[in-house]
Amino acid sequence: MTEVTVVHEETMASGLTRDVLLNLGPQHPSTHGVLRLLLQLDGEIVERVEPHIGLLHRGTEKLAENFTYTQIFPLTDRLDYLCPPSNNLGYALAVEALLGIEAPKRAQYIRVMMAELSRISGHLLITGALPMDVGAMTTLLYTMREREMVMDLMEMISGVRMHTSFCRVGGVREDLPPGCLERVLEFCDIFSHRIADYEQLLEHNRIFLARVENIATITGDDAIALGLSGPNLRASGVDWDIRRDAPYEIYDQLEFDVIVRQDGDCYDRWKCRVDEMRQSVRMIRQCARQMPAGRFLVDDPKIAFPVDKGLLAHSMESHIHHFELAAYGFKVPAGEVYVAIEAPKGELGYYIISDGSEKPFRFKVRAPSFVNLQALTERTTNMKYLADVIAMLGSLDPVMAEVDK
Amino acid sequence: MDDVLPLSRIIDHFEDRVTVDETVSDMPCVVVGPDDLVALCTFLRDDDLLQFNFMADICGVDFYPDSPRFQLVYHLYSIPFGWRIRIKCLLADPPLAPTITDIWTTANWHEREAYDMYGIVFEGHPDLRRIYMWEEFEGWPMRKDFPLRGYKDAYNPFGDEKKDQGDAS
Repeated sequence: MTEVTVVHEETMASGLTRDVLLNLGPQHPSTHGVLRLLLQLDGEIVERVEPHIGLLHRGTEKLAENFTYTQIFPLTDRLDYLCPPSNNLGYALAVEALLGIEAPKRAQYIRVMMAELSRISGHLLITGALPMDVGAMTTLLYTMREREMVMDLMEMISGVRMHTSFCRVGGVREDLPPGCLERVLEFCDIFSHRIADYEQLLEHNRIFLARVENIATITGDDAIALGLSGPNLRASGVDWDIRRDAPYEIYDQLEFDVIVRQDGDCYDRWKCRVDEMRQSVRMIRQCARQMPAGRFLVDDPKIAFPVDKGLLAHSMESHIHHFELAAYGFKVPAGEVYVAIEAPKGELGYYIISDGSEKPFRFKVRAPSFVNLQALTERTTNMKYLADVIAMLGSLDPVMAEVDK
Repeated sequence: MDDVLPLSRIIDHFEDRVTVDETVSDMPCVVVGPDDLVALCTFLRDDDLLQFNFMADICGVDFYPDSPRFQLVYHLYSIPFGWRIRIKCLLADPPLAPTITDIWTTANWHEREAYDMYGIVFEGHPDLRRIYMWEEFEGWPMRKDFPLRGYKDAYNPFGDEKKDQGDAS
């Protein structure tokens, strides 16, 4: 690599010691995917962190410009692959805003319930993975056990564990299967006790605390300038949650607290997520109890397939609509829209420019992990040693698939 | 939020250097030239009645074959007031824009992305390199005249043949 030579020449001239350039990743368990970090080290002290990303770049935005609006759903699944329902939801909202339609109430409840389930799934990973990165292996095994329960629920609802693609423009793909809500409530009952277990394992664990408390502190102003959002921002004392401040779907019907912590260190970023899981459980319970009956997809044959599949057998008109929709997709009026939702990682924004055709003219994803990861390059307080970089990286909780788009 | 964004405050301050884009309905949208972009961003962030302190996104757009060909779209958010605003900045070809990394540090990677994907050069950017594609990559992948499957070379046998007059470099 060219950089290696440059740094060596600079530092060799300066004295007897010289900085070491350490290549961390792209294949390393603590990088949570394919992230390559170039670390300039003076002994164990980190002088500079330079992330090299793009190893997982798939050209989602370019692909989306060549896909119809429905075909884009699977692409959004693969952004933050821990929480696909949340990614689907943001995209569906953006297209619905362009079309000027709204999903039926039942669909909104299903979407929000799934988004909150996936938030738990996403937060469970960091709840276990950050301690594992700093040497406390046990918790990850427990959090993965509970994550499997979420996966089972996802499979029950959509037929798939991970890439659900369950949202559609104007609703969701199918109705909930019988007995689903009971299973969801059962999960809530079991899971709310398990959160306390993780805390018990870690909150008084001196080794874990020494590695994360007062490490890599970010102040509120710095966090805003860095564009951090979601739990990473709220851990620095900034009280902003899109679910409360600009409620979309049925979030204004739900009661929940926004978790804000003041210190902005690795521990707070971790703890913020643990507490958010409790709020998610609250919201899921409310969704399951308030779930209204009714349609789960808009009644518009130009946009959505007919709910009653029997129509296709004896209605020629339905047949034509079905064929047109499947073969060509639907047209979206010209215009532009930016819709941001509170994804588990932060503000997930979709900016779509439509030229009136079946395919978006421009499709931009504001990926929260991409922005959050940038905080690693800044000289934050108390991020001095190599070990702190690992803790910082783990606490920022980037998903590389979302960073690289 | 209950209050509406005082757009007139921005217009009063910048007069004819900023125009309002009436065609956009989802949020207030202003159009500005590259020369006034930094001044507008600084004003939006520092003005007490606006406080757009959060820079959400920078998006490059290619209107090939129209002219002016390129556009930068900035999305700002005001955490204290809960307002959003969109700034559009049209650029000629070859695209040249001022950097806003001095106003928001987060702009650094966003601008690198726009450079990588569209070849938009940000003057004064501290570290303008490709971010997703590798250093040796030729061309700007998100431009409308860049083929979906890329150009044919030793690693990409399925790509399109490169035309001689193409501006892929």
